[in-house]
Amino acid sequence: MSTHTFTLNGERVTVDVEDDVRLLWVIRDILGVTGPKYGCGINVCKACTSHINGKAFNPCSVPVGAISADDEVTTIEGLADGDTLHPMQEAWIDRDVPQCGYCQPGQIMAAVAKVNQCKAEGRDVDDDAIEEIRNICRCGTYNRIREAIKAGAENM
Amino acid sequence: MAHHRLASPPKETGLHRSVGRRKFLGYLIAAPTLVVAAELAREQVFGASEAFATIPSPPQTPEAYDLLDALRDAARPTANLIRVEVNKDGTVSFALPRSDNGQGIITSTQMIIAEEMDLDVDQVQVTLADARPELLFNQITGGSSTTFTTYTPIRVAAALAKGRLLEAGAQLLAQDVRTVTARKGLVLGSGGRSIPFSALAEKAASSTTQQVEVVLKARESFTVIGKAQNKTDARDIVTGRKVFATDLQIPDALPTVICRAPDLNGTPGDVDNIDDVRSMPGVTDVEPVSTGVAVRARTFGQAIDAVNALKVSWKRGTVAGENDDSVLKRVKAAELPMAVPAGVGRTIDRSFTFYFASSSSLETNCCIADVRKDRAELWGPMKNPIAAQGDVAKICGLPVGAVTMHVTQGGGSFGRKLFYDAALEAAECSKAFGKPVKLMWTRADDSRQGRVHPMSTGRVRAQINGDSVVSYEQRHTSVATQINPGLGEPVSAAAVKAPLGNLTLSESIFELTQVTPYEFGVSTRFLNEVDMRFNTTSMRNIYSPNVATAREVMVDQIADAMGKDPYEFRRGFLKTDRLRAALDAVAKKGRWGRSMPKGTAQGLGIHTEYKGVTAALVEIDCRPDTVNRPIREGVTGPRVTKVTFAVDVGLVINPKGLEAQMMGGINDALALILTSSLHLDDGHFVEASWDNYFYTRQWNTPPDLDIIILDSEADEPGGAGEFGLAATCGAIANAYARATGTVPEYFPINHKDPFPFEPKPTVPPIPESPTDGLDHTY
Repeated sequence: MSTHTFTLNGERVTVDVEDDVRLLWVIRDILGVTGPKYGCGINVCKACTSHINGKAFNPCSVPVGAISADDEVTTIEGLADGDTLHPMQEAWIDRDVPQCGYCQPGQIMAAVAKVNQCKAEGRDVDDDAIEEIRNICRCGTYNRIREAIKAGAENM
Repeated sequence: MAHHRLASPPKETGLHRSVGRRKFLGYLIAAPTLVVAAELAREQVFGASEAFATIPSPPQTPEAYDLLDALRDAARPTANLIRVEVNKDGTVSFALPRSDNGQGIITSTQMIIAEEMDLDVDQVQVTLADARPELLFNQITGGSSTTFTTYTPIRVAAALAKGRLLEAGAQLLAQDVRTVTARKGLVLGSGGRSIPFSALAEKAASSTTQQVEVVLKARESFTVIGKAQNKTDARDIVTGRKVFATDLQIPDALPTVICRAPDLNGTPGDVDNIDDVRSMPGVTDVEPVSTGVAVRARTFGQAIDAVNALKVSWKRGTVAGENDDSVLKRVKAAELPMAVPAGVGRTIDRSFTFYFASSSSLETNCCIADVRKDRAELWGPMKNPIAAQGDVAKICGLPVGAVTMHVTQGGGSFGRKLFYDAALEAAECSKAFGKPVKLMWTRADDSRQGRVHPMSTGRVRAQINGDSVVSYEQRHTSVATQINPGLGEPVSAAAVKAPLGNLTLSESIFELTQVTPYEFGVSTRFLNEVDMRFNTTSMRNIYSPNVATAREVMVDQIADAMGKDPYEFRRGFLKTDRLRAALDAVAKKGRWGRSMPKGTAQGLGIHTEYKGVTAALVEIDCRPDTVNRPIREGVTGPRVTKVTFAVDVGLVINPKGLEAQMMGGINDALALILTSSLHLDDGHFVEASWDNYFYTRQWNTPPDLDIIILDSEADEPGGAGEFGLAATCGAIANAYARATGTVPEYFPINHKDPFPFEPKPTVPPIPESPTDGLDHTY
């Protein structure tokens, strides 16, 4: 067992756990932050999508030992600015996107990162860009997700 | 663009019989604050079908009495226990004895109560009730029945509560009760005076339980029902605060995973290295249980590592050595013969195979259990918690009353959570360890050992003579769908009331849900089920998507044989104007018959069930550039480019929620017809995760989606949860056939393609999590 320190949703956290435990379980089972969901554990369903240093990643596929003290991890719980929701969260509510909601934290974190990526690369947030998002929604609310991403992007 | 609108109602007199201002019975319950309850009264709103100038088929059971009626009749004797409570803070509470897995019934129930009590939707608190054995059959969520069965009793209770509050308010104001009104939780009197519900909750309470007559709000004065309402838990969802079972922090309920057999339903024998595994990092307990070897650990990751390290001698499973072909052979051997011999007219025969499909939701099977010597407490997403409570009590050796079942909100169900496999295992593990457990199935467990939609075949024979269809016969033959305990008991209980005769349970449900809605002369529909060795469940319908696909493809074939346009043919042969209105709506809005490039085509499908009708017009692109478009580790294939869908489900509580349910069904239909199936090989299902089982993704979903909500001005809501699939399945299959010139004989159409993936091993049972996640950031 070894000690790992990093920043989670703006707070310094320290945990004692084996290096090879994937970050998803450190966040959920040890730190009790449960926004990122388990859906496959092999970086396929993307339900755990969160941000590391501002970029989308899947903590189910990152050993905690690979996280450095200066890494900033943001889960869905850290996306809003206090009570002020992120424009993507607002778009999600406005379009009544969620059904069961299980995949939605990952969907929103993926959407924010995809929009940032498109902006950085000078691309439009169009259907082609959205179809690069691999997150599964088993309730099948894909069409509202598409609308919300486009609406959210306009306010980002 | 998906959007909804209220279209003008189809003209059909049978739907307009009004409930009117008739009186319902409610109960005042003796309690410190105002508590009311309600009892159901039978309403026959939906009339019989009309006859047409074609050769009429005699009425089929669902046209007069369907599964929703059966579920409501079963719920009737206990529905008077549904209680609405007015709290001291002026809010109104209701514990809904149903399970919400994303279908939005908490929101729609808030709306129903808010409407009747003139409250804002957010002034109504709806939670999911714990298991209440006294409710008998009235705590089952299935068959798209929730709103249909609970709509009236909830309104009766709410109306009674409001009446009592008005009376109490009028007394305090010293005004005539006929002059006071309610709005947003206030009783308003003349002269601008008002009293909040909070000040009346105790005053309006009853010291005795008594029966009271009550009149419901007239539909014309509805201001909440029928208005688009966003889900009331949306903010919790988008901020990560919505709590699912595995998010609950129950003291000492540590992650628990079961090591499962390579064979479907294989069972554990000896474990070679149990002590070694017990000493692995984070591991607290390892014990054999009936379905495998259970590991409890500090984190799920460590439990999974320990599961994969176990060396277990496995006993063979229930379908050892078998594969798709051997099971299909059994199913085909059980197909019932047609009643009308070939050659009566011009005979068209078609047969279809529907392969196994996974009902996996994104939240895998899960449950928290804390089993003690004298009591047990469980938390899980259960659609039938009463039956679960009874079975858990048996496992724990406890009386039913010592078992508490908390129903958590579920991360999708689609039929899967009618069963409670995880609750039974969690109880067994907690008992074996003597400690609380948070049990979760891994994705590989859920995909390979979890419940499936069964393999089935559809055979259809039609005989045509000139412009008439003389006979139409359909045989649905299936690996047995396990219906108990989710739907079985209420249907059996209602069977004595339904015009069914002496049918088995599966036959009853088939007979209660399936109808051939065309005037096709002699019409027979039979179900036969074989092979009980699989873990099965309904999956956004039990039979309808498959039965409707076979039927709608056949309808196109009959039209083709007669040289008729598929739309005009359906228009002529459909049994009701209500169905024709839905068909017309999609044909008009979706521009049926418009010119399409070669390799692309439109297709139609219709369906009737759940007191409603649906129609779908699909456009598909089967051109090679589209079919072969590259997607890493994904299945592309033909692209459904546009879906125009019309639904008339009677009274619409929440158009946004109804549209969401249709959207989900449409995306499920894409998966069932084009991309998603399980392959049985050597006694196990090959697919172990979402990179093997190709449920609809963003790159499959139709870029153009138009959902039209038709208002038939019916007085009651029908069912919605499963209603988007059947018509869409048929329409996609027809569009594919018209685009390619090939009528598919099996579904999904890619089932026999080479695997676009390397199958994952069965031992160890769980694919290891990658370690390169930081190489794939964006």
